[in-house]
This record gives sequence, structure tokens and C-alpha cells, in this order.
Amino acid sequence: MKAKHQRLVLALIAVIALVGAGVLAAWALRSQASFFYLPADYAANPPEAGRAVRLGGMVEKGSIKTAADGVTINFVIYDDKARVPVTFKGIVPDLFVEGSGAVAEGRRQPDGTFVADNVLAKHDENYVPREMKDMTTEQARQAIEETK
Amino acid sequence: MIAEFGLAALWLAAALAALQLVAGALALTPRGTALAAIVRPVAMVQGMLVALSFAALITLFAQTDLSVELVAKNSHSMKPLIYKISGTWGNHEGSMLLWVMVMGLSGSFVAAVERRLPEPTMLATLAGQAFVSLGFYAFLLISSNPFTRLSSPAIEGAGLNPLLQDPGLAFHPPPLYIGYVGLSVAFSFAIGALITREVGPAFARAMRPWVLGAWIFLTLGITAGSYWAYYELGWGGWWFWDPVENASLMPWLAATALLHSVSVLAARNALRAWTVMLGVVAFSMSMVGTFLVRSGILTSVHAFAVDPERGSFILGLLALNIGGALVLFGLRASSVTEGERFTATSRESALVFNNVMLSAILGIVLVGTLYPLLAEALGAKVSVGPPYFNPVGAIFAVPMLLVLAVGPLLRWRRDSLSRIKLQIAIPAVLLMGTLIWAASQSVGVLPALGLALAAALAVASLLPLRGRKLRQVKLPVWGMVTAHFGIAVALLGMASDAAFTTERLVAVRAGQAVDVGPWQVTLQRIEPVAGPNWTALRGDLAVSYKGGAVTELHPAARTFWAPPNETNEAALKTRWNGQLYAVLGQATGDGRWQLRLWWKPFVPMIWYGGILIALGGLLALFGRLSSDLRRLVARDKIAFRRARQGR
Amino acid sequence: MSEQKPAARWSLWLPLAVFVGFIGLVMVGLYRPADREVASTMIGKPLPEFALRAAVADRPGLTRADLADGKPRLLNIFASWCVPCAVEAPQLATLKGQGIEIAGVAIRDRPEDVANFLARHGNPFTRIGADDRSIVQLGIGSSGVPETFVIDGKGTIRYQHIGEIRPEHVALLREKLKEAGQ
Repeated sequence: MKAKHQRLVLALIAVIALVGAGVLAAWALRSQASFFYLPADYAANPPEAGRAVRLGGMVEKGSIKTAADGVTINFVIYDDKARVPVTFKGIVPDLFVEGSGAVAEGRRQPDGTFVADNVLAKHDENYVPREMKDMTTEQARQAIEETK
Repeated sequence: MIAEFGLAALWLAAALAALQLVAGALALTPRGTALAAIVRPVAMVQGMLVALSFAALITLFAQTDLSVELVAKNSHSMKPLIYKISGTWGNHEGSMLLWVMVMGLSGSFVAAVERRLPEPTMLATLAGQAFVSLGFYAFLLISSNPFTRLSSPAIEGAGLNPLLQDPGLAFHPPPLYIGYVGLSVAFSFAIGALITREVGPAFARAMRPWVLGAWIFLTLGITAGSYWAYYELGWGGWWFWDPVENASLMPWLAATALLHSVSVLAARNALRAWTVMLGVVAFSMSMVGTFLVRSGILTSVHAFAVDPERGSFILGLLALNIGGALVLFGLRASSVTEGERFTATSRESALVFNNVMLSAILGIVLVGTLYPLLAEALGAKVSVGPPYFNPVGAIFAVPMLLVLAVGPLLRWRRDSLSRIKLQIAIPAVLLMGTLIWAASQSVGVLPALGLALAAALAVASLLPLRGRKLRQVKLPVWGMVTAHFGIAVALLGMASDAAFTTERLVAVRAGQAVDVGPWQVTLQRIEPVAGPNWTALRGDLAVSYKGGAVTELHPAARTFWAPPNETNEAALKTRWNGQLYAVLGQATGDGRWQLRLWWKPFVPMIWYGGILIALGGLLALFGRLSSDLRRLVARDKIAFRRARQGR
Repeated sequence: MSEQKPAARWSLWLPLAVFVGFIGLVMVGLYRPADREVASTMIGKPLPEFALRAAVADRPGLTRADLADGKPRLLNIFASWCVPCAVEAPQLATLKGQGIEIAGVAIRDRPEDVANFLARHGNPFTRIGADDRSIVQLGIGSSGVPETFVIDGKGTIRYQHIGEIRPEHVALLREKLKEAGQ
């Protein structure tokens, strides 16, 4: 193969790689980006079981229950249309309390419950999820109202 | 007085930057050549002034001068001195001042020492540097003045985000900034070279030390930042694909590509337009990253206040600087002729491949970081995390690492794989062996690939030393070998963390013991402790490795009162073969406490690897500088001799 | 050295095209107003029931009933540890000088700190309640300090001002208060 051809091949590989990266990124983002759900969306149009999503809403008063092992907690995230029971095994942020906003990151189980890998509370200085960044209790409620 | 002095120095520096731009630009025209002499001194004085201004701000923070708004908002008289000082750059205005200071200082450094470039290119470079600086001076002085006084002094400062009261934070932003902004020199060189059309080996040799220097600092900054996130967030992870982390990774990827293409340009006079392009892209990524963080349009752990006005200002600067550079590139790059040829199996090709893969990864990180913004514009709220970045990045990282193992063994211009097939046989066997072993251990696909590549690369990276007298090997070669070996080490740490970490999450009473991996952990008691500006509940853990000697660990939950906040302090126990990581959770109400424990085999290798990579850069930098120096001395001698003979 | 024809001209403009796309995307993100300051939907709604103890010795505490006595007033959420609260002090003094009644809620504060703060920056408040756990603050849809609410005489929220009151906001607040009184 002549040098000129080889160079062309090289350029071709570069173009293919970069275009490939673009296509791949677009495809992967469609399937891997995790969507944000409010309880109402979650009930009306549940995400596919096993797919990573984020569920945000209010933590129902009186719903936080710690299981006997001391580390598994069950609680309900709700809005005015739906309630979603959530199971989480781990250490919740200090600001995770009943009656305030929270985002659970996790997956829907085939039985409709939600198993969270991580729970973020609003005003949590460690991390404020984008969707909750300026939500107060009130604004979370407003976000819920917008879905009516 | 100090605040006024700092502000005056800043204004003066800005004025000198304007002078530097005008004089540099005029000096390029036939009638303005007389101005050429003042450009270098002006650049040097400008750097000194902005450094003085920054020193003034540090002094204000160290003294906790509460009549200054920035100090009152971000500091507190009760804070330890070291955090008062680090508070200087732990906020928007201060960090922007740090940014322009590094920019001014690197400009004056270039002006002082760079003698290899033709004078017109040098003038264009310094004018370019002044142009970019001027924008940031305007930003500081108009919308982010750090020296504003309060009408009546505050009684007490508001404090500093407790997450930021940590040695990791105190020390990781400055190197990162030196790295980000050091790339501005490469950017200005690229602009200068485009203006004067002087792209060639001399240009590459002049640019290389600056790129290397900035890249070393970026590497160290990212390594330190990753470790900071690892122990401070208490989540056991070392990389979260957080927008701010991505903002530091993107310039690093571009700078790494640039580092390699600049070597091709210096050695072989090829990849001219591409190198110039990367010079523009690397610093552009620094600016884009800063913009994404500062404007608050992407929320993250590190984001400072959301401020659309400031965001607009930086966006304007971005458009002007990057857009301008890219227009210049579009106009001029076609007149930059392509350089020397090479064949598909050659060192050049391997480096081109590396560049293409790095660019692809850069693109993937950029797209993933911006995607939430795009989705939001279309009305959906999404977040993008490891499920996207890890596999998609790996698709390009794996071939890149494979070529990385082989590339350094190839000769420039023309080579054949059959020549090196015996050498690459060992790492290839190692690669397959590790893969088969990892498969038998039922490790995930990516960790298995990582382990195998780490093993193969560790051996392959040393092969360039084979058959040479070690004492005669040049420093840049040592640098390359060290950095590539460092990549293998870091990769081992990452893959091992992903493959072999054991985690326990339990609720225990005092006196109860838990096993995690080879460790036994006993909760002895929970006790309250007080720090200078916080109180904490501290767990006393007795830990023992495989029944050996017992040592203590103290994870704690801290409560800060200025401003009120709570953080989890993880406790770490490091052995040569891994780290035990403990986090104290909450009381369960029945006398038990939540404990989260991880045993992470070989995880510290990630950061040792990072340090090795930076060390490799340092060796290469020393090697290049000393040979440049020698060349310079030799040239002077010849000139001197000629002058004598001529007389 | 072999001179070769440079890469196609149009490809040199690709980076610029990508960058223009980026700028466009970011502008959309930056200027979408919806994400910035979300006004409280509490506007037009009655205040929740609350009773706060006095935050300082020389001013009474604050209950919902105090804000529903027929007279419209401002409700200022502040804290002694908050710097913007010191910045807005002159504006509050101006409003007070114009005969406007201002009730205060001190967030997560200590009595001596509040007293110090008021001694230093002036005390425009007729009543100051101490909200030690941000309960009232969150209950009325406030997410930070300082914030200022316009309350009509019936205990209904009419307007919410987020962040410090700057001199240019004084007239607006007075206007809103006048509207609330009608």
C-alpha cells in the first residue's frame, strides 16, 4: 500500500471513530440517561422495571419505617395523585425527614414498588439534585401541581 | 487600605493588559515595530500586579476583615487560619481572581523566558494572551469585584461551607487552576502561530514545556480532587461523573492529546493543523468547564451561586475567545501545509490513533455533560451518570490502551509489527491470561478488561527500556515510561475497586463486631467531641486485619454551627493492599447505630497511579528543558565564536 | 518534504459549527426563566397557623393572628448570621420610616446574636418571632434568608421577594403593600 493510501485509511479511521462516538453517545444517552419522575407520572406511565430512574416528591408523614435490621427503611413518596412505596437500604442524609422533599434514585420492581440505591434530600449540602435544586417544600408541591 | 490597594493593582494590571494587546498588535504592523520592545516588560509587570492584588485578598481573608463583603460572606473569625486562607479561592470572586492571576503570571513567565519563537509569533502570542486576560479582568472588575466594602462592617462572617473546610479543598483548586489556565499559554501560542503562519517543529518545541507543565498540574489537581471526593463525601466512590469533575477531565483529555501531537510535530513535522486545533481546544475546554460550573446551569457538588448575569458575561467571553480562535483557525489553517508523511504502522500512526481516541472520549464526556441541558430544553428532566459514561467511554479507552502498549515500541515513520512481535508477546499472553482468570472469578466485563489491560500495560510500558543501558536512557523516555506505567497502576486500582470491593451495611450496638472482607470491626462506643467550629458524634471502632493487631478508627458525623450544617466524616485505614472505609450513620432509635463499611482492595493505586503519571510528566519536562538549555548555550557559543572570528 | 493538498476547506469550519451549537444550547439553558426564582404558589393563600416565641427581649413574639389584624404589613425572614440581611438593613429602615409595619422572623438564631445584630444594623421590626427549626420559613414557601413577604390584613400572602431588598426594590414593595391594602 502506498503512503498516500495509508494516510487516507488513517483519516478514514479517524472519521469513522469520531462519527461512531457521536452515534454511540446519542444511542447510549437515549437508553442510559435516567429520567426524573413525579409520583403521578410514575403511576400513570410507569418506567420499565429495572431501568434506572429518579423519583422525586414529598415524603409522606408517618410513612418512614425502619426494618428490624436497622438499615433498611421503607417510606412513601407521594404527590396529590399517587403514592409510591420506596425501599432503601443505606444511610439517609440528615435532612431526610417526613413532610419534606426527597429524590430517590433507583429502579422500579416488577411488583410496582421502588427500590432506591440512593436517597437525596433537599437542602442536602452534599448534593442537590438538579431537579430539586431550588425546590422548597412549597415548590415541590408546586411542581406536583403543574402535573394536574 | 489593603482592599483599596488590591483593587488599584487589579485595575492597573487590566490597563497594562490593554496596553500589551494594543502594543503587541501594532508591533506586528510595519509602522509599529518600535512598540515591540515594550510588550515583554508590560506583560511581566502586569503579572506582578495581579499577583499583588491576589496577595492583598489573601491578607484580607487571613485577617478576617469583615468590612469586605466577600470576606464577611465566606469567612468567620473562629475558623482555623489555614481555612481562612483557603477561603480566598473557595468562592466565586476569589477563584476568578486566582484564575486571572495564574493567567497573568504565566503570561509574564512566557514573556520573560521564551526566546525560541520568531519575534512576530512571540508578539502575536503575547497579544493573544492579553486579549484573553482582558476579558477576564473586565469580568472581575465589572461583575465580580472581590474587594467591595460593606457600608457597615458585619459583626461576624457567615462562615464557609463545611464541606470545604478540609485540607483536600484547601489544596486541590490551586493546582487545578494552574493547569486550566496554564493551557491559556498553549492557546495563545496557537493564535500567534496562526496569525504569523509559523507552525513547525520550532513552534512545537516552544509550546511543549508549557503544555507539559499545565498538564502536570491538571493531573495532580484531578488526582487530589478525586481523593477529596472519595473521603469527604462518604459515599465510597472516587469518581461521580459530576459536571465539575467532567469539567476538569475534559481539558486533561485535550491536553493529553495535545501533548502527544506536539511531540509528533516537534520530532517529525507532521500533524500541524491538528496540533494547532488541539491547542485551541484544550484551553477552550478549561473555559467551557469554568463556565458550566460558575454559571450554575449545571448543578453539582461544587457549584457556587447561581447567577445568570455572571453566566451571561462568561458566555460572552467564551463566544469571543473560542469563537474568535475557531474563526481564525478556519481562515488560516488551510494555509498551514500538511507535514511529513508516515505509514500506517509507525509511531506517528499510533499517536494519531491515541489522539483520535482521546478526542472521541472527550466528545463523549462533553455530550454526556451537556445532555441534561439539551433534554431540559426539550422538556424532559434527566441525569446522566456512570451507566452512560463507563461503558461508552470504555469502548474507546480499551483500544486506546491496547495501542498505548504497542505504540512506544514502534519506530518513527515506518515500521512493521513483525519486528516487535516477540516483545509484545509477553503482555499479550498476560492480557489473555488475566482475562481468563478474571472470567473464572466472575468479575464484571469492564473490571475484567481493566485488570487485564492493567497487567499487560504494566509490562508493556517498561519494554521501551529493554536492552538499553538504563543510565543512558534520556529523561523524556523515562518520563514516558513512568507516566504509562502510572496509567497501568491507576487502572489496576480502578478495576480492583470495581471488581473486589466488599461492602457491609449494618446497625450495631456498642460492643458488637462485624466482618467486612478480611477485617473485623467492633463498635466500642459513640462519644461526642468538639472541634474549633463544629461538634460531632464520633464512633470509636476497633479494627483488626485477619485477626492481627487492633487499631482504632473514628468515623464521625459533624455538626457545624457557622453556617449550620452537617457532614459525615469517613474514616480510612490504609494497608499496602487496600483500604478499609468506615462511615457512621444515624442512630436507629433502639440503641443501635448504622455503620457502613467497605473493604476496597488496591484502591489507593488509583491515586498513586495519578501521582506517577504526573511524575512522568515532570521527568519529561526536566529532560526537555535541560536539552533546550544545552542547545541554547551551544548556539550562543557558536554565535560568540563566529563573532570573534569575524572581528 | 512533500507538500500535500490540505484537508478540505469546509472541514476546518466544523469545530466552529460545533461550538456555535454549544453556545446556542447553553443560551437556552441560561435564559430559561422558569428555572431561576420560582415564585411561591403560596401567593394568594393564607398563612399557616403558627406561634413563635420572642426572639429578643424588647419585642414580642409572632403568631399568625398578629398578621391578620386588618393591617397589611411586611414579613421579613432574616438571621444574624446572614450577610445579605445586613445589606438590606438600610432599606428596611427606609420602609419603616415611611410608616410601614414590619414583622420579623429570625431563623436558627440565638437571642444574644439577634440583639447584637439589631443593635448594629437597626431594628425596623415591631415583632420578632424565633423560628429555630425553619418550620414557619418552610411553611410559607421560603427557601433562604433574607426573604420578604407582603401580608394583607387577613393573613394572606400577597407577594414574595427573594433575596436582599436593594434600594431599587423599595418602591415596588411599597406598591405591593398598597395593593394588598385595597
